[in-house]
Order: sequence, then structure tokens, then C-alpha cells
Amino acid sequence: MATRHVLVAILSLWLASAHAQEPIRIGSFLAATGGAAFLGDPEQKTLEMYVEKLNAAGGVLGRKLVLVAYDSAGDAEKARTFAKRLIEQDKVDLIVGGSTTGETMAAVPLVEQAGVPFISLAGAVVIVEPVKKWVFKTPHTDRMACEKIFLDMRARGATRVALISGAGGFDKSMRAECLKVSKNHGIEIVADETYGAADTDMTAQLTKIRQNTQVQAILNAGFGQGPAIVTRNYRQIGISVPLYQSHGVASKEYIKLAGDAAEGVRLPAAALLVAEKLADGDPQKTVVALYTREYTGRFKSDVSTFGGHAYDGLMLAVEAIRKAGSTDKAKVRDALESLKGYVGTGGIVNLSPSDHMGLDLSAFRMLEIRKGDWTLVK
Amino acid sequence: MSAPFLQFLLAGLTIGAIYALVALGFSIIYNASQVINFAQGEFVMIGGMATVSLAGAGWPLPAAIAGAVLLAAAIGLALEKLAVDTARKAPVVTLIIITIGASILLRGAAAILWDKNVHALAAFSGDAPLNIGGATIVPQSLWVVGTALAIVVVLSLFFGRTLLGKALLATSHNRVAAQLVGINVRHVLLASFGISAALGAIAGALVAPITFTSWDIGVMLGLKGFAAAILGGMGSGPGAVLGGLVLGIAEAMGAGYVSSAYKDAIAFVGILAVLFFLPGGLLGRRSADRV
Amino acid sequence: MPSSLLSPRTRGLAVLALVVLLLPLALRNTYYYEVAILVGLNAIVCVGLNLLIGYAGQISLGHAGFFGLGAYVSAILTARYGWPPLAAMLAAVAGVAMLGYLVGRPILRLRGHYLAMATLGMGIIISIVIATEDRLTGGPDGMQVPPLALAGFVLAGERTWYWVVGALLLGSVWLAQNLIDSPQGRALRALHTSEIGAEVCGIDSARHKVRVFVISTIYAAFAGALAAHYAGFITPGKVTFFHSIELVTMVVFGGLASTFGAVVGAAVLTTLPQALTLFKDYEMVVFGAVMMLTMIFMPKGLVPTIARRLHAAGR
Repeated sequence: MATRHVLVAILSLWLASAHAQEPIRIGSFLAATGGAAFLGDPEQKTLEMYVEKLNAAGGVLGRKLVLVAYDSAGDAEKARTFAKRLIEQDKVDLIVGGSTTGETMAAVPLVEQAGVPFISLAGAVVIVEPVKKWVFKTPHTDRMACEKIFLDMRARGATRVALISGAGGFDKSMRAECLKVSKNHGIEIVADETYGAADTDMTAQLTKIRQNTQVQAILNAGFGQGPAIVTRNYRQIGISVPLYQSHGVASKEYIKLAGDAAEGVRLPAAALLVAEKLADGDPQKTVVALYTREYTGRFKSDVSTFGGHAYDGLMLAVEAIRKAGSTDKAKVRDALESLKGYVGTGGIVNLSPSDHMGLDLSAFRMLEIRKGDWTLVK
Repeated sequence: MSAPFLQFLLAGLTIGAIYALVALGFSIIYNASQVINFAQGEFVMIGGMATVSLAGAGWPLPAAIAGAVLLAAAIGLALEKLAVDTARKAPVVTLIIITIGASILLRGAAAILWDKNVHALAAFSGDAPLNIGGATIVPQSLWVVGTALAIVVVLSLFFGRTLLGKALLATSHNRVAAQLVGINVRHVLLASFGISAALGAIAGALVAPITFTSWDIGVMLGLKGFAAAILGGMGSGPGAVLGGLVLGIAEAMGAGYVSSAYKDAIAFVGILAVLFFLPGGLLGRRSADRV
Repeated sequence: MPSSLLSPRTRGLAVLALVVLLLPLALRNTYYYEVAILVGLNAIVCVGLNLLIGYAGQISLGHAGFFGLGAYVSAILTARYGWPPLAAMLAAVAGVAMLGYLVGRPILRLRGHYLAMATLGMGIIISIVIATEDRLTGGPDGMQVPPLALAGFVLAGERTWYWVVGALLLGSVWLAQNLIDSPQGRALRALHTSEIGAEVCGIDSARHKVRVFVISTIYAAFAGALAAHYAGFITPGKVTFFHSIELVTMVVFGGLASTFGAVVGAAVLTTLPQALTLFKDYEMVVFGAVMMLTMIFMPKGLVPTIARRLHAAGR
């Protein structure tokens, strides 16, 4: 008797759930493994954690969120195939992903053709310039990083700069942007060295820079382990002019790897990295402090701005869905474009039809590394 | 000698010593079996990553390194016993694909067992740079070059004086003849994998303070080690060492004097040029083929 | 029908044609078509590579370089210089063939692992040049590629491309088989068995080796150009030595000296990563394990092993 009751109960529960609301499907392709795992790993963890949290709080519009995530390993071809899979096979409502510019750009023609809102987590300015109807992004652009750094250099009296960058997409894109905007900021690039993606020693390139007596500051546009090695080599051969890094190394990993050599290095980064050091009245303080607490509590590792960008991407998507009142792709896209004053980990976002990123230079803070920790430069 | 030239030379020697150790690993296995072990780079990775995690768990550095080397050797032996030995009747190309599969598996396992981050290992005797004639090196470079030298000496003693070493050499010259004189070539092959794995792991631990280590650092190092082994003449111990040093120095000089963007291309063009004039590598044996 | 009419060669081709014709019934949406097209493109490269590795007994660890050159040259000529796509493709293939001839002569004097290293080095040099000359190639982030247009008719959409690639694959296989059964092919097989023996019989081994090398580069460049115009986008990711190793693995996996083996190998190793995504973090481990286990228990490759078992069973 009891067994039959249990069976009936199970059956009715199962039938009931079948009638439940269609979940909201959020698609993602991230570089969780491969050379850009530095980016994709915190992004994936962040997305998984916050989809869980949102569901626990009742979901969005009363519907549960389902995250469909694939590992594109930093490979643009794989990203393309997975983007197609997300759109055609998994029928997602929206995509938050694309850890690197190469992967993002490979998926852009697909989302434009299929009409699916796509929030990219990659850095290069080419993603939103020219503006594409369905493509948005949350990270600051590499051009903004160059501008922020050049402003700081000028303030310290340095106008002749040596560039050193790696072979990756991020490195090359930022290098190109820096060369482009240098004149506008009164900066002259007097040296331009490069290193390979897997290189383990940059003393040769730095020696050439040191020999160039014109150099007043060095800008290393790169991410991954390259900049950490550059920093160590820079200290090893005793270069005295200031070293600037890019936002590509905005994570504690860089400080851990570079060790004492990172003392005094400056870089532009999101306020997320200095959550505890922000003034109490700072508009971003609540958001970044909460994210830091939740992320470090769950994953027992330091926050990085990359995870923060994924958080912003997901929250912007959820805001847009709420505002549109449905997951109709065109409505969500329009809602995204109209979001103003959203306070995220990367800054205060004001999207518009002509600006699909929404951050300005104030979203970047200039940080300096002191005693193995980030400090704000006033 | 000008200071920049010396700087480039020292940088090249340091990384060249690492290439030499990896190249030796390739040569030893090749000698015993004609197989190119594409998982060689992964042994280097295991050496570095295991040392980092053991040291992080509180083990004193020498113990951590020893533990890492033993782990790598065990994996090398397992690879040989479970995969290569089972497939010993297969054509050489198939064996190479098996080692490629093994390298993918090891990388995937490393990403799960440890993580996907880059890790630094504390330098063995500090970071204070040493000044040599206007150029600077970190003390770890001395460790790398010194240990590599010591290993080369130990290996030559091993191959020249011990029974197992001589058996390895005999197998490499003529497998059938070695079997005829009673050498168990299967044991020789097993030993070769164990030794190569240990070599790779030592290289990995040595170089981790300078180059950092991560789950996929084995790929590039394996590739360069292979190139160095070929450059010096595949199967020749001194060739492997020479090849490693030449490759390392060529890279550093290329970056310093020609173009940092193309330095790898320069190194490979150099290798191709050498192979054009010396099809057996720098110290390669001029083998006689039976018709 | 007497079995001699349907030789194994024609039978195999007929089966492949049947598969190409009937597969769309199983392809549910454009994502599936995309995977099928990728399989077809990889298969074209592998058929050519198999001629070099399986029949002629040489090795190339740099074929992704030729694939990439075919793709990039065609892409650059159409995108930056406004060439008509078909002319650009032909120019790309011709250019790569010429390069293959120029480097083939010196490189193929090497044997075994030295040859492997030389081809590996060449592949890497090509990929470095492509990634560094970003003004021309778009650098590591790649470049957009205009679609293929034939006399005003633009080839777009997965379904159209499926038929194009399917037809070209059948053509490639047919050509390869013709080559294998020709005097050239027999000379190659003699070469594989014993180079000196072949020379004693009057076969100019150097000339034959270079010829098959050039043919394999043509296959690779052709597939590369097709891939670029199909995807509308190309990055240096396809020109890495990883991809070269992948290609060799497909050939060996499917079965050396078996054209259909090359096709099967390409099919399995292209679709496997897609199927393995369900393993998430364990994808690499499972993939490596599958490769190892298959090669250990089927050392001659999938198709020859299965063919032998079927043959034995049929007796």
C-alpha cells in the first residue's frame, strides 16, 4: 500500500514539474582551459555561483536560470562552433561569454545573424567599435587602459616611453591602441619590444630598453605569466625608470608570481581589487565588497577583475530581462541598451545605442603595488 | 666582452641547460626504443608542479623535489608498462601517437589535480642578482647550469660504468644483438622511461623559480627539447647537451640582436639550416642502413 | 553482379557517396551541419596527408602551416586586395604548391625524425610569420574573410556548404585513389618499403617524394582556403603545431595507407571533442585515454583493424 502511495506522489510531483515554467537559458563559451584559463576559470566560477544564488532567491521573473557553458580553450574556431551550438542546439536566450577577443569576434557574425544578445567578456575596443546591434561588452577597453596609463605617466613627468608586449591577441591589440593614442596624450614611443607567448626570459629585450637612454618609463602590455617574468627581469637587471602594467594582470596571481619585484609597479584596474581600501562613500564599495566576500568565501582564492566582468555581464543580462519583462531577444536587447547607472564591479555602467560598453575613464582606478598588495594612487 | 652580449649569453646558457636536460630525456628513450616520447615535456611539468604543491604543503624543499622526481619516475614507468609495453609490436608511428595521447591525458589530469594557474617556486638560494662583468644573473641560473653539468657527468658514468647503463647503450646500438647476449630489452626500455622522466622532473623543479610552472608548461619545453635533441643528433647524449645549449643561446642572441618578435622563427631557421648541411644533426651518428 | 566489377575501390567510394547523400537525414540543425562540414574539411587534408605518410612513408608535422597558408593567402587576396574569391583560392593553392616544391626538395633529403623536425620547424615558422605580421593578417585575433562567390552566386549557409564540401571530398578521395593505383602510386609504395631498393629499380625517389609532398600540400591549402571562406573568419589558431599533430593523429588513428581510414580518422577525432564536452573538466583526460586505448588495441588504425576483423569473420 505505502509503496503505491509513494509512487503516486513521485509521479504527481514529476508531472507537476513538467508543467513548471520554462527556464531562462543563459549560454556561455569561456576559455576555462588553455592559455587563457587565467580569464575563463574565474569567469566560469562566477557565472556558476551567481546563477545558483539567483535561483535560490527565486530566479528571474519567477523562472529558474539554466547556465549552458562550454570550454572553448581560447580557440576561436571552437568558440565559433560552441556559439553555433548554443544558438541552434541549446536554444539559449542570451550569451554571456567570449573570454578573449579572438573568440568573441569569431562568434560576432553568428549572433548578429541569429539575433541573440551577446555580452562579451573580452578586452579589445574592436568588439564595440563600430557598434554592432547585438554585441555588448563589460570589460574596459585596451584603449582606455593606454589612456589612463599615459595620463599618469605625464603626471610623473615621463613622456618618452618604451613598449614591451607579448604575442597574444590582447597584447597586440593593446600595443596597437597605445601606439595610436600616444600622440594625443603627448607621449612618444621610443622603443617597441616583443616576446613570445611561452617565453621564459625577457632579459634580452629589457637590456635593449635599458641601453636606450631616452626611455623615461616602460609600459608592458600583456597578460598571463609574461608580465610577471618581465617584472622579475626588470628588477634583476636593475632598471630604474618606472614600470607600468596593463589591466591584463589585475589579479593577485601576478603579485604572487612577480614577488618582491612588483614593488612600485603601477597599473589601471577596476575598483574590485581594492574593495576594502575604497572610501566609505564610494558608490562601488557595496557591490565590490559583497562580490569579494562571496567569491573568496566560496572558492578560497583571490578575486580577479575577470570574474568581476563575468558578474557584471550576468547581472546586466538579468537586469535587462527584468526590465523587458520577458526573454524576447529583441526586447532584451533594447532593454540592455537603455540601462543606466548600473553599479558593477568594473565601474558605473551607462549603456546607450551608441555605447555598448558603458564605462568611462573614471571606471579605471590607478593602482600601485606596495608590500605585495594593491594600493590606490590618489 | 660587452655587457649586453654577456647578458644575452648568460640568459641563453640558463635556458639552454634546461633544453639540454629535456633533450637528454628524449635521446635516452629514443635510444632504447626508436620512439619519440611526446610526453617528455609533461614530465618537466610534473617535476615543477609537484614540487610546488609539496613545498606548499610544508615539505622542506629538497624533500619536495625528491618527491616530485619520484612521482614523475613512477608515472614514466607506468606509462611504459601500461601503454608502450602493451603496444610494443605496433609500428613506431602508432607508439608516437600513444605518447601524444599520454601527454594530453597527463595535462588534463594535472589541470584537475592541481589547477590551471601559474605557480612560482621559491628560488633555492635567494633572488639577489649576481653581477658578472656588467651582466646580471639570478643565483637560480647557477643552480640550473651546475646541476645540468653534474647530471651529464653522472649519466656518462652511468652509461660507461654500470651494467644497466651499458645494457641501455647496447640496446641502442643493436637491439637484436643485445637480446642475443641476454639483455632483457623490455627491462631496458622500462628503465629508460624511468630515467628520462626523472631527468625531466629535475629540469622542471630547477627551472620553476625562473620560468614559473603551470599545467601546460610542458608543451613548449617539450617541443624545444625535441628540437634541441634533433639539432644535436637524436640519440647522441653529447649531441643533446650541445643542441640544447646552441638552441638556448641562438634564441637569446636572436632576441637581443635581430628581432624579439621573430626570435623563435630565427632559431628554427637555424635548425633547418643545420639539418640541410648535416642531415643527422650536429653530432649525429652516420648510421649505415642495411639494404 | 560479378564482384570483380565492384572493386574494393569503387565500393568504398560508393559507400562514402551514400553516407554523404544520406547524412543530412540525421543532421537536425545547422550546428550538426557545421560539425559535418568541419569533418569534411579535415578529411580532405587527411586524405592528402595520408598519401605522404601512409603510402610514401614520409612524415610531416607541419601540415597545419600549409592549411593556414592556403586559408590566409586566399583571405588576404579577397579581403585586402579585392580579388574574386575563386581566383584567390586558386592563387593560394598554386602559391602553396610552389612553396611546397621549393622547400620539399631540401627537406625531403632528411629521414625519419629529422624530417619530422624540419617539417615541424617549417610549420612553426609559418605560424609565427602569420601571427606577427598583424597589419596583413590581423595578428592573433584573426581577420574577417569575404564569402565564396561563383559567378555572382554567393555560397553561404551551412546546407549549401555541406553539399559543396561533400562533393569536393568525394572528388579528393577519387583523385587520391587514382594516384595510388597509378604507376606513381606503385613507385611510392616501393619507396616506402625500401628507398634503396626502389632506386635500384630505376625509380627517382627524390622526384616522387617531392611530388607527393606537393600534392599533399595542395590538398591542405585547398581545404584551408575553403575553411576560411566558409567560416568568414580565420585566426592563427588553425596554423599551430597542435593542429599539425591533430592531423597526423587523425591519419594514424584512422589507419595508415588507407584513404577511407583518413576520412574515418578525421570524422572520429573531429566529432569526439564535441561529444566529450559532457565530461566537462575531465574532457582532456578522457580524450587522451581514448587515443591511447585505441592505438594500443588497434595499432594499425581503425579502418584496417575493422576491415581485417570483418574479413576474418566473413570467412
